[in-house]
Amino acid sequence: MTREIAVVAFAQTDHRRTSEELSEVEMLMPVLHEVLDRTGLKTSDIGFTCSGSSDYLAGRAFSFTLALDGVGAWPPISESHVEMDGAWALYEAWTKLLTGDADTALVYSYGKSSPGSVRDVLTRQLDPYYLAPLWPDSVALAALQAQALIDEGYTDEPALAAVAARSRADAQTNSHAQLRGSVPHGDYVVRPLRTGDCPPIGDGAAAVILAAGERARELCERPAWIRGIDHRIEAHSLGVRELTDSPSTRLAAEKAGAFERPVDTAELHAPFTSQEVVLRKALRLDDGVRVNPSGGALAANPIMAAGLIRIGEAAARIHRGESDRALAHATSGPCLQQNLVAVLEGEPRHDQ
Amino acid sequence: MTTEVLKAPLVVEFPFTRSLGPVQSAFLTGLREQVVLGVRTADGRTLVPPVEYDPVTAAELRDLVQVAPTGTVTTWAWNHAPRRGQPLDTPFAWVLVRLDGADTALLHALDAPGPDAVHTGMRVRVRWAAQRSGAITDIACFEPSDSASGSNEVFGHNGQFESMVTGIVAEARLDYTYSPGRAQTDYINALAERRIVGERCPSCRKVYVPPRGACPTCGVATAEQVEVGPGGTVTTYCIVNIKARNLDIEVPYVYAHIALDGAGLALHGRIGGIPYDQVRMGLRVEPVWTEGGRYPDHYRPTGEPDADYETYKELL
Repeated sequence: MTREIAVVAFAQTDHRRTSEELSEVEMLMPVLHEVLDRTGLKTSDIGFTCSGSSDYLAGRAFSFTLALDGVGAWPPISESHVEMDGAWALYEAWTKLLTGDADTALVYSYGKSSPGSVRDVLTRQLDPYYLAPLWPDSVALAALQAQALIDEGYTDEPALAAVAARSRADAQTNSHAQLRGSVPHGDYVVRPLRTGDCPPIGDGAAAVILAAGERARELCERPAWIRGIDHRIEAHSLGVRELTDSPSTRLAAEKAGAFERPVDTAELHAPFTSQEVVLRKALRLDDGVRVNPSGGALAANPIMAAGLIRIGEAAARIHRGESDRALAHATSGPCLQQNLVAVLEGEPRHDQ
Repeated sequence: MTTEVLKAPLVVEFPFTRSLGPVQSAFLTGLREQVVLGVRTADGRTLVPPVEYDPVTAAELRDLVQVAPTGTVTTWAWNHAPRRGQPLDTPFAWVLVRLDGADTALLHALDAPGPDAVHTGMRVRVRWAAQRSGAITDIACFEPSDSASGSNEVFGHNGQFESMVTGIVAEARLDYTYSPGRAQTDYINALAERRIVGERCPSCRKVYVPPRGACPTCGVATAEQVEVGPGGTVTTYCIVNIKARNLDIEVPYVYAHIALDGAGLALHGRIGGIPYDQVRMGLRVEPVWTEGGRYPDHYRPTGEPDADYETYKELL
């Protein structure tokens, strides 16, 4: 028998260019407390804890074990960690709840990009034989994808600038966002991508609580039920992939049931403007869908947390009654290599 | 109270030595010999750079074929500010190049005078590095070429070379600016005044030394500073018989867990001022600071009577 599992609470930091006055656990802890407060749960009530982070970002070995201090992990709790965006930690927690081993899960992730040079750090996730020795940075790889989209007529530079402007305008109502309002589109970073086409670099954290069945209804007035969630990956060699398309996103969406009925909202993890073009196409989102009302990753991109934030933002809109069926997407790797899609729904509202 | 954020440069270097599979070995050895190899899949595609397993079917691939050093740009991006480690130190284009004879594209740099000289579909050729060792960087970069596409030249190399390259050393260096956060900044600043401060958990009252800003039992922030020591008790210890590199200490010496008076857990330090074989659990010690030292150099006996086991058994 399949259990119904919902996102019942979400919290995030204010995302900032630097949080140098705080250690990772000091940055994370207020978010953990906030998400627990929203449900009235204590850390000892949580059945399973799962986190996502990468030590390479801040250059701190085993930082995730130090971050565990913030959840009260002693005596030992049932816990796991992924060296991935927190969206994948949420996936692991969802499977844990499906097994019936736990009824509640705390999922969190954090990233401090400020201590290092994130464009260079991300080269270390690439194929060590053919790519990493060339140090192709994250903006360069996204720019190759953007040029391919322009060459094939899917977009142009003004259209990309419009994605950037819409995202930061929407972020004006998101107090957590790092880049809000009118932001100059700037010069080329790696042509054809300009400063405005790239995400801000910054530090931040996010946390989500999942609960199963009746427990979810007790903890949240309008739970955001996960109707489907799936993730798929493509070949790691960029030259093998069709960069103007995202078959992994489409397949994940299909497996998550995204195409069964239209969604009203989509939170897409597209750190670069050009990637939104790819994702809209792969997910068949028409103009009737509200895309990234939070401002998306172009407004705040704490690496390792930005994907989990997409799920959290989509869920929060359902909690607030602003959405009935929302799609959340998270990505990992260069040029949308790996993609996760979740479909969230609220139950019919009484006022309708 | 606001204290200035402590910062220090942190360099992380990790030169991994990586072994190569048969396909990667042939490809990288080929580059050393100015031969570009691809690998053929069961459905007749030629993958360059070659991989050991088909990215679609996962079938093992071993059928090596030679392709041309010329090809066509499939997409590009102009990099006006090259970064450390990248193929060229003057502005260049990142390119994906489909070499003649290949069905997939290779990522590399294209040396061109400016973005106006680059376009998708342009013809390019490999510029070989003067010194080649069997690495992707044996291709120095690509350069514009007026060669016709789809040339009918026959290449017949089968991927067997004298002295095959079997591994690479992947050098990597990342530079960070380390900052320790609030709790550890306060701890380090106190050490500079030869004081050792911990922080008390507001919930369970335990005093953490050194403090990390959170109580791992309660999951809450610690903030109340508590000065501990300077006296402490050896709770357990070991005798070190192997000399550490870059450490000017005669062996054998004793490394101990020391519960400073008032601390809720033990920290560790070296014990000096007493023969190594006379150190014992319960020994009372105090820190010894040296001129200019940022932390206690070691701990020495105070001469007090040994602590009773009952007083420190919870701190073992």
